[in-house]
Amino acid sequence: MGLFDRHAGLLDAYRDVRTTGADPFQIRMERVLSPTEAIINGKKTLLVGTNNYFGLTFDPSCMEAAIEAIRAEGTGTTGSRIANGSYSEHVALEQEIAEFYGKKHCMVFTTGYQANLGIIATLVGPDDFLLIDADSHASIYDACKQTQAEVVRFKHNDPASLEARLRRIGDKPGNKLVVLEGIYSMLGDSAPLKEFVAVCKKHGAYVLVDEAHSMGALGEHGRGLSEAVGVLDDCHFIVGTFSKTLGAIGGYCVSDDPDFDILRVTTRSYMFTASLPPSIVASVRQALREVKARPELRKQLWDNVATLYDGLAAQGFKLGPEHGPVVGVHLPDRMTAIGFWRAMLDAGIYVNVAVPPATPNGVSLLRCSLCAVHTREQLEHMIEVMTGIGRQMGVLTPKLRVVGGNR
Amino acid sequence: MSDVQNQNGELLLRTAQNMIVENDDIADTLVLRRPPARAEVMAEICRQLEPFQADDGRTITGATVISKDLSIDSLAVMDMVMDLEDQFDVSIPMNVVAEIQTVDELADTILALSARR
Repeated sequence: MGLFDRHAGLLDAYRDVRTTGADPFQIRMERVLSPTEAIINGKKTLLVGTNNYFGLTFDPSCMEAAIEAIRAEGTGTTGSRIANGSYSEHVALEQEIAEFYGKKHCMVFTTGYQANLGIIATLVGPDDFLLIDADSHASIYDACKQTQAEVVRFKHNDPASLEARLRRIGDKPGNKLVVLEGIYSMLGDSAPLKEFVAVCKKHGAYVLVDEAHSMGALGEHGRGLSEAVGVLDDCHFIVGTFSKTLGAIGGYCVSDDPDFDILRVTTRSYMFTASLPPSIVASVRQALREVKARPELRKQLWDNVATLYDGLAAQGFKLGPEHGPVVGVHLPDRMTAIGFWRAMLDAGIYVNVAVPPATPNGVSLLRCSLCAVHTREQLEHMIEVMTGIGRQMGVLTPKLRVVGGNR
Repeated sequence: MSDVQNQNGELLLRTAQNMIVENDDIADTLVLRRPPARAEVMAEICRQLEPFQADDGRTITGATVISKDLSIDSLAVMDMVMDLEDQFDVSIPMNVVAEIQTVDELADTILALSARR
């Protein structure tokens, strides 16, 4: 048996995907022009699948901050915070994020994936219990493989399902950590966080919320779902990313726990990887200032969400359950999703295609993510194009004419 | 204390726990059941796995290897396990699920966890 034989099934599925003539997993952006446009296959293409929620990747002040930091401190740190030490800017960034949340401590990671992986796997150990939502991100699932805690899944966004599992643990010794996400990345639905927090309180469980897709988008100050529903003080750990609203790369975790800093010498994904380069730290610090100073970006984002979601729903597309910066469009099967995706690309619109096993419940989706700086014209054009393709492909037949969403 | 039947006709054992009156609206009723019979567990697993039966018409037995003999992916297995957990009021840790290969092993796991309850 060869090393790659075990991937035979996946190779077959991948070959299916490629028969459409384009490989959605190896798209080449020949040139990125702005937060909403790039040249793909020699053609100017509208980007509606890049998680660039506030469009800050081309913000002049963020770009200037990054350039200045490179001139002052060079291109990289060439080592981890533990081995090479921290730059003052790493520490300043951590203080600013902690302040943003009103929490005492913050740890910054080189990616959001590493933040979840390291924090979750390190917080719980032998004899502890880790409870995760069934639709959790891969970084959370991978953390489960790195911990010796007992891991149990509960039904997606179902506080009663979590409660049943906490009840079964009963008075067994061991800490209980519940991991939730503010907004889920595939369908854009948010967690019933207030209800979840009540269940966790009742059963003495710690709460960790991943606000990767909700930071910036939700809450009066953009802190995320925990702020929006008023439970920030009840969330023991908030994890987030710099690679979406903040337009760069990196991750963080904030907490009020007095012993939080011990994680710096126990969390392997923090200790054994190079720290963020000066340019990223500088652009993220500036982006955070922009998020605080320009709440209108949040309003623009949600206006765009409404335009796309309501526009597609009116045409009969079946969508995720509620308005969100991610709009998931359900399609009947994998090949239809890939064909639809390809037709959109040919028409100059880039979205993500999400097919099993990367999706919950085996659904096939076009995953659209909105940007505060998309124009209404861009989105109306997109709805028109999608409606045309949907009709051609028979996806918008009366039988499938389900109006998406009870909001 | 007397035994009561639920709507499916199953005998539920009243225990002290379900006498506790929970006054918040998220409390779930605590009704502990007697450990289920093996036949009951097997029947339920087979019912859940039926949609994933192979085309060759082989019936599902205790020796059926879930990931090999059926057309079911690992995510669907974990989702099925969540349903079984609620049906039999046990939690099967993910690392335990990963070790389970056959229908028999799944049934035995559920029975062992119910007995320990």
